[in-house]
Amino acid sequence: MSEQTQNIFSSTVPSGFSFANTHRNANLVSAANAASNKSSTVRLAQAKKTGTTIVGMVFAGGVILGADTRATSGEEVAEKNCQKIHYLAPNMYCAGAGTAADTDKTTELISSQLALLRLDTHLPSRVVTALTLLKRMLFRYQGHVSAALILGGVDIQGPHVYHIYPHGSTSKLSYATMGSGSVAAMSVFETSWRDGLTEDEGIAMVKRAVSAGVFNDLGSGSNIDLCIIRTDGTVDYRRNEVKPNEIGPLRAMVQRSGRMTLANGVTPILHSSYSPHPTLADVDVMEVEAS
Amino acid sequence: MRLTSKNKSSSLATTCITVTLFVTIMASLIQATTASSSFHREHTTRPMVTGTSVVGLVYNGGVLLAADTLLSYGSMAKSQNAERIKAIGNSFVVGASGEYSDYMKLLRVLEDKHLSETRTGIIEDGQTEVTAESTWNYLRMLFYSKRNKMNPYWNEVLVAGFGNVKDAAGATTGGDGETSKPFLGMVDKIGTTVSGNTLATGFGAWLALPLLREKWRPDLTEGEARALLEDCMRVLFLRDCRASPRIQLAKVTRDVTTGSVVTAVSDPYILETQWDSAEFMRPVAGLEGDGGW
Repeated sequence: MSEQTQNIFSSTVPSGFSFANTHRNANLVSAANAASNKSSTVRLAQAKKTGTTIVGMVFAGGVILGADTRATSGEEVAEKNCQKIHYLAPNMYCAGAGTAADTDKTTELISSQLALLRLDTHLPSRVVTALTLLKRMLFRYQGHVSAALILGGVDIQGPHVYHIYPHGSTSKLSYATMGSGSVAAMSVFETSWRDGLTEDEGIAMVKRAVSAGVFNDLGSGSNIDLCIIRTDGTVDYRRNEVKPNEIGPLRAMVQRSGRMTLANGVTPILHSSYSPHPTLADVDVMEVEAS
Repeated sequence: MRLTSKNKSSSLATTCITVTLFVTIMASLIQATTASSSFHREHTTRPMVTGTSVVGLVYNGGVLLAADTLLSYGSMAKSQNAERIKAIGNSFVVGASGEYSDYMKLLRVLEDKHLSETRTGIIEDGQTEVTAESTWNYLRMLFYSKRNKMNPYWNEVLVAGFGNVKDAAGATTGGDGETSKPFLGMVDKIGTTVSGNTLATGFGAWLALPLLREKWRPDLTEGEARALLEDCMRVLFLRDCRASPRIQLAKVTRDVTTGSVVTAVSDPYILETQWDSAEFMRPVAGLEGDGGW
């Protein structure tokens, strides 16, 4: 009973990461390196990062989010067509840069919390609610959850785009970019953005901004995803809206030897035999008594 | 010496000060004697007074460079009216980011070299005219050799002007209006060289190059090129902490009648910037801060 007592000073909120094993892990790595005779060094597994160019902007009739689709693991492209725009609520999506696992799971967690809240309150979620849930969680982990997010959505108060940094700070903006390609995308916004853009102008601008990241930043690449959330409640998730890096034509140019595509009848059949499975009618079914 | 002070701690302090003074003088003497033997081994290890990006663009008929006029001392704005772009005679224009003292030394080297070459007519590599491309090659040799002595010029330099051509005899010359093309080249502090139609140093490589690469065409007019460079400098002022809106442009073209190279550097002027976006001017829906809590 004494262990279960809760007073007003005991916190029911879980704390952040425990780093108790940091020294042990470092010792394991150095011991493994000392023991192995190979020239290559043993390293802890590297988290898959997203490199990334993600952008979000507000226009007259809603919010447009854009993202590239390259996920990198160190200097290698881990996934050529990943999804960086995550669902949070019917009226809210979140684009994530940083460690892929962190952005995926953080947005999933907050999405489920928002769904539960909607069931409780019978009201559509507000963007500031998602913002608060995300920033509280990220601050609790003191930046070790490496999720840099652009939250975009429409609620009763209008269209909103927010920046959320891994340490938990946020800012409200008309246009935002995050990730390694953010500088390239931001230069497009800073020269083209103005008040009162139409949806088509906004879409064109977002495509240009993400393309600037895709073609000028090595951490971003492949295709461009778009997500348009309108003030009238409709959502348009356009996966692979632009595919400027198609390698299909390149692959088609490869001349393969005729031996790799074998027609039917090339291999001669020397002998064939056929023995059918016994059917139930051929087998004596024996009743086994339960013991 | 003893002061007429009754306070014991004050006399102790005086003795301490005298001792410290004595030690400092001795130390500096010792340092002076050893310093003279290592005097020639000063190395540039980190930049102190720096300039930020220089952006360059080749257009139809010439080359344009742009840079701001700010010198930074770490996070302090040391000087608002520095010249970071210079025309060397009527041959080429050079601009640099990085350590300003190294850039000033570089300018003296280039001006002296230009003076001797144009006055004596003796130019390296058997050339007949000083061009931007030959200067760029010279800078590559210079920067790389300084780097090998672990004492680099801590700069990224853009050289703008016209390129070299090979004449009928195979010699490299400056060429004339029909044969020699506009040239833009970059040399960085370890001697890497790059030449192209759109280049930028420092932060400009992150912010301005995507814009330049998107908008560049071979048939850009001078007006379009200037507008594009001004857009780039405006983005740099907005997003680079060490930039200012007071900029200078420089241009290298060929005179229409004589065909000879002409350089021009503009007076500094201040870029127009707009801060009246509706989103900036009013808080949205009466929220304080950004609405989160």
